[in-house]
Amino acid sequence: MQRLLILLPPLGWLLLLVAAPLLILGLIAFAEAGPGVPPFIPPLGWAGGPVWQGSTESFGTLLADPYYLEAFLRSLFTAFVTAALCLLLAYPMALGIAGARPSWRLPLLLLVLLPFWTGFLPRLGAWIGLLRDGGWVNGVLGLAGVGPLRLLYSDLALHLGMVHAYLPFAVLPLATTLLRRDRSLEEAAADLGATPFTVFRSVTLPLSLPAAASAFLLVFIPAAGEFVIPELLGPPEAQMVGRVLWGEFFQNRDWPLAAALALALLVLLLPSILFFQRLGRRG
Amino acid sequence: MRRIGLAFGLLFLWAPILLMVLYAFSADRIPFQWGGWSLRWFAALAANERMREAAFLSLRIAAGAATLAMLLGSLAGWALARFGPFTGRTLLGGLAGAPLVLPEVVTGLSLLLLFVLAQGALEAWLGWAPGRGAATILLAHATIGLAYVAVVVQARLATLDPSLEEAAAGLGAGPFTIFRTVTLPLIAPSLAAGWLLAFTLSLDDVVVASFVSGPAGTTLPMLVFSALKVGLTPEVNALAALVLAVAALAVGGAGLILARRANGAG
Amino acid sequence: MALLTVRGLTKRFGAALALDGLDLEVRPDEVLALLGGSGSGKSTLLRLVAGFEVPDSGRMLLEGRDLAGLPPHARPVGMMFQSYALFPHLTVFDNVAYGLRRERMPRAEIGRRVGEALAMVGLEAMAGRKPHQLSGGQRQRVALVRSLVKRPRLLLLDEPLAALDAGLRERTGLELRAMQRRTGAGFVMVTHDQAEALALADRIAVLDGGRLAQCGPPAELYERPATRFVARFLGAANVLEGKVGTDGAVEAGACRLALPHGAAPGEALAVALRPERIRLLPGAPPMANGVGGVLRDLAYRGDGWMALVALPDGAELRVALPAGAAPPEPGSRLALGWPAEALVALRA
Repeated sequence: MQRLLILLPPLGWLLLLVAAPLLILGLIAFAEAGPGVPPFIPPLGWAGGPVWQGSTESFGTLLADPYYLEAFLRSLFTAFVTAALCLLLAYPMALGIAGARPSWRLPLLLLVLLPFWTGFLPRLGAWIGLLRDGGWVNGVLGLAGVGPLRLLYSDLALHLGMVHAYLPFAVLPLATTLLRRDRSLEEAAADLGATPFTVFRSVTLPLSLPAAASAFLLVFIPAAGEFVIPELLGPPEAQMVGRVLWGEFFQNRDWPLAAALALALLVLLLPSILFFQRLGRRG
Repeated sequence: MRRIGLAFGLLFLWAPILLMVLYAFSADRIPFQWGGWSLRWFAALAANERMREAAFLSLRIAAGAATLAMLLGSLAGWALARFGPFTGRTLLGGLAGAPLVLPEVVTGLSLLLLFVLAQGALEAWLGWAPGRGAATILLAHATIGLAYVAVVVQARLATLDPSLEEAAAGLGAGPFTIFRTVTLPLIAPSLAAGWLLAFTLSLDDVVVASFVSGPAGTTLPMLVFSALKVGLTPEVNALAALVLAVAALAVGGAGLILARRANGAG
Repeated sequence: MALLTVRGLTKRFGAALALDGLDLEVRPDEVLALLGGSGSGKSTLLRLVAGFEVPDSGRMLLEGRDLAGLPPHARPVGMMFQSYALFPHLTVFDNVAYGLRRERMPRAEIGRRVGEALAMVGLEAMAGRKPHQLSGGQRQRVALVRSLVKRPRLLLLDEPLAALDAGLRERTGLELRAMQRRTGAGFVMVTHDQAEALALADRIAVLDGGRLAQCGPPAELYERPATRFVARFLGAANVLEGKVGTDGAVEAGACRLALPHGAAPGEALAVALRPERIRLLPGAPPMANGVGGVLRDLAYRGDGWMALVALPDGAELRVALPAGAAPPEPGSRLALGWPAEALVALRA
């Protein structure tokens, strides 16, 4: 009885606001677009009994038009590059934090996480101000006799913004794992004759691989669906799933196609999501 | 080597932010161009009615969503940590974990579809339905925050020494007294951290809010986003400096408290 | 009347049987040590009596009153945890006062009782500190007085000395027993350390596989172990397995054992023999209650040596050699003998 009182409010809330929306999303992906409010014909109709009047037209469009396929590939590629760069940057940072004097560790970790609390949009604003034509970076380059270069609205700006936004997510799991590691394992390896680099390669690195995988996925999964950063920093012609979905929904008002895009994105990310959750349960 | 890596990473993280804060005090109309010290953009920000309104709306939504998220999320975290294996545990765990891993566009779109259908249903039954806006944003943000709070609270409860509560029982405390005098004080920092996390996520969100909002609800991030699409203005610079100052104060304060506690633990 | 009576207590965790029909009595005014290896069920028994676990069957009576159905907070039983379980967010004073506050005792009375309790263990000056500001020994004493301040009739102690440094253990153990004498409560103390049990307990109950192997005063258990388990667990006795011959003596490999009371011919019998009851003999070993062997190994133990002697049949005997005389060289032949009353026939 007491248990039900604790269990029911969050479970009811989640069923209503997580499970039901996803089911509706799946259903509307099979609806036919049409004029009206909302702009689609429900796939399940009622004519004396339930009638199926849905269609797989949206999925047909997704597969037929290379525009969408390209957007998916570009999204996954960008997310992969972002996650890889984040991992590459985050690993030495996490090692640095774990190797710092104990009294320095928490402040350093906070220093990594604080940008996360300064707001996502202001940070993108900073990149806009730095990279735009005649901006700060071009000014500095100009002093060196280079440029001006077209930096903003390019793949470079996109990746800078993505890595900058997601880097703290990658540092956190790595730093906590490296901080908690059993140092006597490394001492044992050194005692058995391993050089510092061999100790790192044969002990430290393999033991931190699950955390590295977590860090990678923690960046890769949200980056694949990212909308705001490509919109503000990326090249305008380069479409990614987030932007395409946004466009289909807000500009073209094709809700079934937007839902189908969302569903396809989910299915593509599902292996990563499941793997990530398994890592979490083991850690 | 590791020090160089850490220094490079921190420089990469902080250089754009610090430059932005510096130029927030520049008098020049063009952002990131030095025109002498000035507070004019802070004054302009304070005078900007739309900004002020949006900020106020965002703060109200964030506070409400964080509070709802803390209440519901701690119940979910409690059930996941304390009920052992029960029917529906996988369901609860999966649903509570979903907002953490779903791409924002998927969360936003699916919630909007729900709200639209719910509006349609209400219209059909009652002839009237509430519009989308602050309320729908609050529901969406509370749902996302719930997931984060559940994780934080579950983790804290899992590491809580069970013999503390048993000791209280052995000393004559009933279940409610144990909760009030032992469990709650011990998980209170986690509850506060969960609330703060949900609050920040809400204040930072553009995508989900843009999906589920109606014409009546323009939050601060939505406003800043539409401004940034055109380009950076010095007012956004000033806003960033302001947000950073508040965040630094909050984190610095929390850090001091933590450090004092850690020192006490010796 | 017994303070605590346990009858047929059984508890399973999944497939594992933690307690298997345990019978036990705790007398008022005694320190009873529950001794056993890990998984013997000793901690489970404590948790059942405290009410943190529910038995599958069996009864527990405290001063004749059935404990079944009573929640932990309604049982007049104190418990001290191995981790001490001091509330980290409360001061030493508030930790000790916690149980009294649950009784809605007047503020002044609480202040007096807590002050007295802290004075008893010399911690008055620490009343305002938090647990993490105390040393291990101080924490242990706070945990002890916290569990005693409500004056329970029965105090359960789960490995009360295990978290302390070796140097602190003996002194704290003696303080623990002094505290028991002073309060007059019954103490049931779980331990895996036989020396601790022998030194502190009035009686020892040895648990083996969820059952009571033997219960009695330390000297009785040490000198007259009832089972192989007790003989080996307490003081690591030699256990000789043999068969009773027609003359009543036990033929155990190379040893011929003449028991003080004799035994039925043909019966298989295990006999315990303490290492310190075996003597080195000059000359040849006697026909019965003696054996010849080769010294295989020698370990210095401060108060003497522990010798490992290989017998002709391949078995080994542990023999305690007193300090003072120079020990024999490893590899030398030894003649060993022991008095008949040193032999204890085991029933299981």
